[in-house]
Amino acid sequence: MKAEVEVLHPGLFSSIQDGGRFGYRKYGVPQSGPMDNAASALANLLLQQERDTAVMEITLQGPKLKFLCPTQIVITGASLSPRLDEEELRNNRVYSVSAGQVLSFGKRISGSRAYLSIKNGFKTEEVLRSLSWSPGITQFSRLEKGMKLPFLGVNEKSISSLSSVGELDHLASEIVEAFPGPEFHLLSTTEKNMLQKSHFSVGRNSNRMGIQFEEELKNNLEPIITAPVIPGTVQLTPSGKIIALMRDCQTTGGYPRILQLSEAGINVLAQKVPGEKIRIKLIKYLKEVN
Amino acid sequence: MDHFPKIRKMGERAYLVEFEQKISAEVLQKVLFYKEIIQKKLIKEKVEVINTYNSLLITWHESIEDAYSAFRELEKLIETANIQEKSQCRIFRIPVCYDESFGLDLAEISSAKNLSREEIIRLHSSANYVIYFIGFLPGFLYLGGLPDELHFPRRKEPRLEVQKGAVGIGEKQTGIYPQKSPGGWNIIGNSPVPLFEVHSDPPSPFLPGDRIRFYPVSGEEHEEISKQVESGEFKFKMAEDES
Repeated sequence: MKAEVEVLHPGLFSSIQDGGRFGYRKYGVPQSGPMDNAASALANLLLQQERDTAVMEITLQGPKLKFLCPTQIVITGASLSPRLDEEELRNNRVYSVSAGQVLSFGKRISGSRAYLSIKNGFKTEEVLRSLSWSPGITQFSRLEKGMKLPFLGVNEKSISSLSSVGELDHLASEIVEAFPGPEFHLLSTTEKNMLQKSHFSVGRNSNRMGIQFEEELKNNLEPIITAPVIPGTVQLTPSGKIIALMRDCQTTGGYPRILQLSEAGINVLAQKVPGEKIRIKLIKYLKEVN
Repeated sequence: MDHFPKIRKMGERAYLVEFEQKISAEVLQKVLFYKEIIQKKLIKEKVEVINTYNSLLITWHESIEDAYSAFRELEKLIETANIQEKSQCRIFRIPVCYDESFGLDLAEISSAKNLSREEIIRLHSSANYVIYFIGFLPGFLYLGGLPDELHFPRRKEPRLEVQKGAVGIGEKQTGIYPQKSPGGWNIIGNSPVPLFEVHSDPPSPFLPGDRIRFYPVSGEEHEEISKQVESGEFKFKMAEDES
C-alpha cells in the first residue's frame, strides 16, 4: 500500500538517512548516513527491521508531520518533546499512528539529533544505491514545507507489541573516544597532553560535514600531501582549529589527521549542541594490528 | 627511517597503507599496483579500496570482523608482491574553451608570467596529465603534469562561486570544477564535458592512472558539445597512446 507523510512545517534541519553510500568514495562521493548510528539503529530495531532502513534525522527543532496513512513509528536519540496530536510521546517506544494524525515536536530537553523511524522505512529516491540525502548528490538535502515523503503502509493496525527500551548510555556522555590518527605522532608531548586533558566545546560552525571546536591547539605541523579522510577523522589546521569530520565529509583532505574517533565516539559527538563540552579519551588499537 | 609501504589502522573499519611522502608518477604507479592486488585479494569481502597520491585506504562496509587476520593478510600480500609495470593506459581528450568570457584570469597570468594568451593555451593543451585520484568534490580530478611555466599561486581571495566546468590553475595543479562551487584557483577556461553524473552508475568514467589531454575549442563548439551533453549524445574522445 502506497502511503505518504506530509511535511506541514520543516523545523530547523531534517533529512532522510539510511546506511549511507558505500563504494562511491573513489568518485569523491561523501558516505553520509545517520550522524548517530546507534540511535538510528535502535529506532529500526524496535520496529523489527534492518538497522540501515531509511529514517528521518531531526536536528534541534523538529518538524510538523502529517501521516496520510496508518503506520507505526519510533523516536530515538535527542529528547525534543514529541507529540502525536495532543498525546505526549516517549522516546524508544513503538507507537501506532492513524491516518490524519500529526506528529510535532516542542522544547529540546537534551541531545542534538533525534531519529524518526517508520514501519518499513521511508521510500524516497535512491541515488547511487542509497536513500541518504546529501548536498550535490540527491535532489534535496533538507526537509522542506509541502514535501510528501513516501513510505510503505501497513494494513493491520494491531501488529504492534508496543515494545520499549531504556535510554541509550552515550547520550549523556561527555567522553569522546579516539584512536591516534595517522599524523598523531607529529604532535609534541605537550600538544598530545593538551588534547587529552582539555575540555573542548562544540562550535557554532558545526554541521553534518564536520564539527569544529571553539578551543584551538597551537601547533607547528606542516600540511600533508592530500590524503584520505573518513567520518571521525579529526583534522588540525595550521591556525590551530580542530575539526572532527562527520558523516557528509569530503573523501580527501590536506590537514594533518591527528585523531580518528571510534564509531562510539562519533555517536557521542553527534549528540552535542554548540557550547556543550566534551573530553577526548585516547584509546589504542590492539598491539598486533598497528 | 620509515619503511614503506606502511600499514596502519584508521578507525574500526579501515586500514591505511602509506607510501613515500611525495607526489610523483612513479609513486602513483606503485600505489595503483598494490591497489589492484589488494582488490583482487579481498574481492569476496565488502570493501572499497581507494587511493590518493601516496596512500591506499581500504574500507570495510561494517566493522572488520577479524582485524588481526585482515592485518596479517595485508601485510603478507604487501611484503611478497613483485611490482609489475602497467604498460597501457587510457587517454581522454577533453575540450576546453579558453575564450575571454570563460578565462577570467588568463589576462592576469599572461602579464604576471610574461606569456601570451596563445602561449598559455598551447602549453596547457599540449601536456599529458595523469589522473591521480578523484576527491575534494564528487568527480573532481587531481591531475599531475602541469608544465612548470604555468605554475601560478592560488588567488588571495577565493571566488564565492566558480562555474561548473571551469578549468583552473592553483600552484602546481590544474583541474576542472565538476559543479558550481566556491574556489580559489585561477580560471583559464571552461569545459562542457560531464565529469560527474549522479544518475549514471558509475557516475564518473575516470579512474586513477588514466591520462587526459585538453584541446582548445571555440565558443560555438563549446555550445555544440553542451547540447550533446544535455541530450545524452555526448561521448568522450579517446586518444591513441603515443608515449
